[in-house]
Parts: sequence; structure tokens; C-alpha cells
Amino acid sequence: MKTFPKGGVHPSDHKQASGSSIEVLPLPKSVCIHLSQHLGAPAEVIVARGDMVRVGQLIAKSAGFVSANIHSPVSGIVQKIEPAPDVTGFKKPAIFIDVQGDDWMDSIDRSADIVKTTELSPEEIIVRINEMGIVGMGGATFPSHVKISVPKGKKAEILIINGVECEPFLTSDHRLMLERGEQMLVGVKILMKALQVDKAVIGIEKNKPDAIGHLTGLCSAYPGIRVEPLKVKYPQGGEKQLIKAITGREVPSGKLPIDVGAVVHNVGTAFAVYEAVIKNKPLIERIVTLTGKSVKRTANFQVRIGTPITDLIEAVGGIPEDTGKVINGGPMMGRALPLLNVPVTKGTSGIVLIPENEANRREPMNCIRCGRCSAACPMGLEPYYLMSLGEAKRWDDMEQAHVMDCMECGSCSYTCPSGRPLLDFIRLGKNSVNRIIRSRNK
Amino acid sequence: MNTVVITIISLSVIGVVSGFILYFVSQRFRVIEDPRIDEVEAVLPGANCGGCGYPGCRGFAENCVKAETLEYMFCPVGGNEGMMKVAEALGKAAVVQDPTVAVVRCSGSPDHRTRTARYDSAETCEIANSLYSGDTGCSFGCLGLGDCVKACAYDAMRMNQETNLPEVIDEKCISCGACVKACPKKIIELQKKNKKDRKIYISCVSHDKGAVAKKACSVVCIACGACVKACQFDAVTVENFLAHIDPAKCTLCRKCAAVCPTGSILEINFPPRKVKEVETTESDISAN
Repeated sequence: MKTFPKGGVHPSDHKQASGSSIEVLPLPKSVCIHLSQHLGAPAEVIVARGDMVRVGQLIAKSAGFVSANIHSPVSGIVQKIEPAPDVTGFKKPAIFIDVQGDDWMDSIDRSADIVKTTELSPEEIIVRINEMGIVGMGGATFPSHVKISVPKGKKAEILIINGVECEPFLTSDHRLMLERGEQMLVGVKILMKALQVDKAVIGIEKNKPDAIGHLTGLCSAYPGIRVEPLKVKYPQGGEKQLIKAITGREVPSGKLPIDVGAVVHNVGTAFAVYEAVIKNKPLIERIVTLTGKSVKRTANFQVRIGTPITDLIEAVGGIPEDTGKVINGGPMMGRALPLLNVPVTKGTSGIVLIPENEANRREPMNCIRCGRCSAACPMGLEPYYLMSLGEAKRWDDMEQAHVMDCMECGSCSYTCPSGRPLLDFIRLGKNSVNRIIRSRNK
Repeated sequence: MNTVVITIISLSVIGVVSGFILYFVSQRFRVIEDPRIDEVEAVLPGANCGGCGYPGCRGFAENCVKAETLEYMFCPVGGNEGMMKVAEALGKAAVVQDPTVAVVRCSGSPDHRTRTARYDSAETCEIANSLYSGDTGCSFGCLGLGDCVKACAYDAMRMNQETNLPEVIDEKCISCGACVKACPKKIIELQKKNKKDRKIYISCVSHDKGAVAKKACSVVCIACGACVKACQFDAVTVENFLAHIDPAKCTLCRKCAAVCPTGSILEINFPPRKVKEVETTESDISAN
């Protein structure tokens, strides 16, 4: 069974929510939609206060190539446009909409029939995906049309679909593969057409045998698409790790997957592409896992973007008393929320409630030079060294030590027996080095 | 015996030849440096703090020599006195600058700001700021992890354990600006040093709207404009929901501080108001 060769860790997977089928969350009273839900330039508002909007109506326009359109996830009246705290607690510009009814745009096909083919040409598919504001649903929220637009002189050879979901606790992709498998495969076919490749591989870790079985069965009707069961190892869902695991090709430092002929998309993105191309439905909903060790019940919700996270928590019976930390995303790469009244964004894959006795970090002690972090690093970096450079603010040396290759998977901090905040300092270095590189290229 | 003689002769020859080579090379590739740089460097404090904006005292000296006027050159450590010496050494006119001192523009102690979150990562403000907005509702205020204290090379800053806010020790502060650079929230500012170290400043950097800001912190500038009205010298302006006092116009009359409803304008080192009378009578009694 395949996996990536370098580093990696084995956190216990806690996939309690994998049995909870997707349920549609009732509409919230009001939604808050941030203009920066994706990587790249924030979108530009095109509605004004007091405007009536319908579900699926464009409310903010993409502000460049690396940017994405934002559509109204609900129907109602634009209440205000002002900064509101996002998941980091900083206030960012956002559109507030008071929900009134559920009036969808006429162009959106809301029937449940599965259409399996599209008449659109590859170029038209890319345009449609751009129009519908599709971004990477795995969490990084990179605008999808950028990934599909293969630069001149390069050729995509293989499409890899990421169904790994290596983050502990999260099950949104798992449920999606089980319940929307057929639609997702059509989405994969559309992506293959857009990229003009004839081969697609869906990578799934073997801790999801039901998903592997289900999709393998469905794949027989889709020539060119196959399922590749993978050994369980974190962070297999990392783009470069998945490419290495499936194709054996290594993406060189500083290069993109397209340089080795691969394009990687998440299963959630493939499903969103299906909805955008076949159903003409913009990205206004996503599946969010709500789980934790002491929640009354775990759930996988289909929610409208902009729904307050508190609504999701209420729907599973409120916050358990022993909760010490609420994480946006999984426990490995996610970040603790400083406040709860923040909305679901295009990149919210899960909300994990961690009990108090597990929420705290250990007191950091001195580095004992055991080298476990280096052994765990899937990118072959030396986290202990990067951290000491970061503490000394030696950004030039950090750049030399390839800090920009770090994908912040957190394997180093997870494995450190001294409980050192390795990733915090590496991330600090990444931010600073990135700033330096940008000002250098100006 | 023969070997010894040959060794001595050959080594001497090598020595003499190398000497000549070194002499000619040093003549040919001599770096001609302005001797005034050394002179200027000699009168500088030699702290290499970087407060002037140049890499160390020698870098500053070089740039002083190159600069046409000393208008934009200032060594905060040496102050006006030090700059007079530099000017003397260079024969240029010294430009007298007002001495400055660092002030921390946040009063959000735990009494005034309720904590809404708990931070549990590396103890530096820089990392905390890259992760989230802060452990209170105010996303502009002090994080209290002491990057400024660590940055200060002169022991002029300390963390007040009660308020969890940094304090500047005015006598020790040489206004090098290291803390200003270290603070990711841009709370610390260098301000004009007034007579008797008197200070009056808006101790808040929140750009939130009044109602939002007030919810998060009780000593916040709510941009009500009372200070603007109270000021007779047009020194106070409100911009982007935050008041600002123009040091050039401010006469330290303290009228703005008296009217501030939240107490976000601080007056420091002033004689106490009103209670003055009581105090004088007390001292009179003790004198008697």
C-alpha cells in the first residue's frame, strides 16, 4: 500500500463523526460574509446597504486573477457592510445579510437529478468555475480556476483527487464521498475535461474502507478514474505528499505540482465543481463537521456560508461544560478560535471542541537534540534549527534553510518530547521571509 | 650546518619578497577613508543601538560625514549635547531636536478589559499577533507578552505585574525606538519630552467604533469628541475613531483629560488637581 516516504506522524484519528450522515442545518437569522474568504485579493462589494439579494446572487466580485467571486448564500436584505471579526479575531470587511425566506436565483437548477455530461468546452468550464467562486475546499481556499488554468509550456498529466482527510476528527470529506460520490465523480470528470487529462486518481486513506469500497464500485462507470487506497499517515493530505504517494514524483522546492504534471483537488472541490458546472450553483454551501470528545452528538452539517459557528454548536446541544478550546479546522493544522460568534467561511471544514484537560500545551522545556522533529518533518526540514533561527530573528538564514517549504502541518510540534513551540517560530519565520521576498521582488 | 644556512637564507628571502609584495599591495589597494569618520565616531556614545536608523555608531558617523546638513541626523542616545559635539567635529551646524521618550498607549489592564480567550503558545507578542487578535475583545490593545521589554537594551522598560502592561522608566529611556519597532500592535510611540517629564497623551490605539470599543475595554477612546471641544488650541483631532493630540500645539493645559468620559487621556507627572488645597493645608499643619 502506498504512502509518502519521508517523515509523518500517527495521531489517533478520533473519527467519531464518520457515522453521522450529512444533515442540512436550518437557515440562520442573519449571515456575515467576509470579503476575504480565499487566498489572494479580497473581493470587491457590488451590493449596497438595503439591497434585496437572492440566493446565489453575486454580492462581491473577484478582484484579480488570484481572487474569487462571492455569492449570497441566503435571500434577504443587506443589513450593513462593515468590518467584523473573522476566525483570528481581527476585524475584516464583511457583508451582513438579514435572512428573509429562501428565494433562489432562477438560473440555479435545484433538482436532485444527476446529470453526467457537460457540453461546455474546457475554457468555458474554467470560466464557469471562476464565475461561481469555487475555491479549494480542503481548507487552504486557493481559487480553483487558477489551479486549472495550466500555464503555457506546462502540461497536466494526472489529476489527483484528495480524499485523504488525514486530519483527526474531521469527517466532512468522508461523508461527502459516501453520500455525494456520484456527483463528485462527475465533478472529477469535468475537472479532467478542463485540464485535458485522461487519468485521475482518488487518494483515500484505508481508515475509510466504506468510502474506498463505495467509490471503487462507482468508478467502473467512469473510465480513467480509479481509487488508490493509501496507508494511514499524517500529513498525507498535503499536496506534495499526496503526489509523492500516488505518482512517486517529488515536487522540487519552490516549484508547483504542475511542474511535475500533477494537479491536486479536494473531493469537496470536485463536488463544488459539479454543482457549479451542471447545476449552475455558486459556492454558497459547504459541509462542516462538528465533533469533539464530549459533545452530545457529532454531526456533519451542510451549512450556508456565513452561518455563525454558534448556530452549529447549538444544533448539537450547546457547548459541553468541560470544553477548553474550540478549534476551527482539525486539531493538527486548525487554529483555536478566540471568539465564537464568527461565521463559517468557504474554508471551514470542521469545528472541534476539545475538553479542558486536553486543551493546554505543555510547558516548553529545552531542546534535547533528539531529532524527532527532523524525522517527522515530511518536507525534510530541520524544525529545531529553524526554531532557533526564528528565536534569533535570523530571517536570511531561515530562507537558506528552506523555511518556505514548510506547509505548517505541525508534525514537529506534535512529536516534540520537550513540548517546544516549533511551528510557532517557523510560522513567524515564514511570514517574515515572505515579507522580505515580496519587498525584494518589488 | 649547511641545511641551517640554506633555511635561514631562503626564509629571509621569502620574508623580504613578501614584505615588498605586501607593501605594494597595501599602497595599490589602500582604502582612503575620511578621517572625520573616526573623529565623529569617537564622540558618539558607542552603544550601537541602531536608534538613529543606521547600522551602529560607525554607520551613523559615515552618514553624518556624507550628509550635507545634520538636519535629519540625530543620535537619540547622545541627544542634543552629543550632536553638538558631532557638529563641532564636522564644522556643520547642529540642528537642535526636542528630546523624546517612549510612551505606551494602552491602559487596558485586566480591570478594564475582560479576557475572552486564553493564549497558550510561544511567549512573544509577534507570534501571538500573527495567530489572533488578542485575548480580549480589543484587537488593537497590548498583548502583554513583553516583546518591548525584551527589546530594550537599557532596562528602561518593565512589565507591571498588576496591570500586565509595559511601563517606561523615563530616566533610563534613551528613546532609541527599539520597543517601537518590536511592538507588533504599534502601541508604543516616541513623544516629545516635556518639562518635568510631564506627559499628556491618548492612551489608546483602538480604531473601533465607540460602542464596539467600549464593550471590549472601559478605558478606550470612543471618539466622542469631548476633548476636541475642550481644547482651546486646536491640538486635538479625531480621525478614524481615535483622538490624537498634536504635540506642537499642545500646551499641557490638561483640559482634555478632565473631560474625557472614559479616562483614556492620561496626565502624568502633573501636580494633582483640586486636592492641592487639602494637601497644602496638611503640609502647613505639619510645618507648624
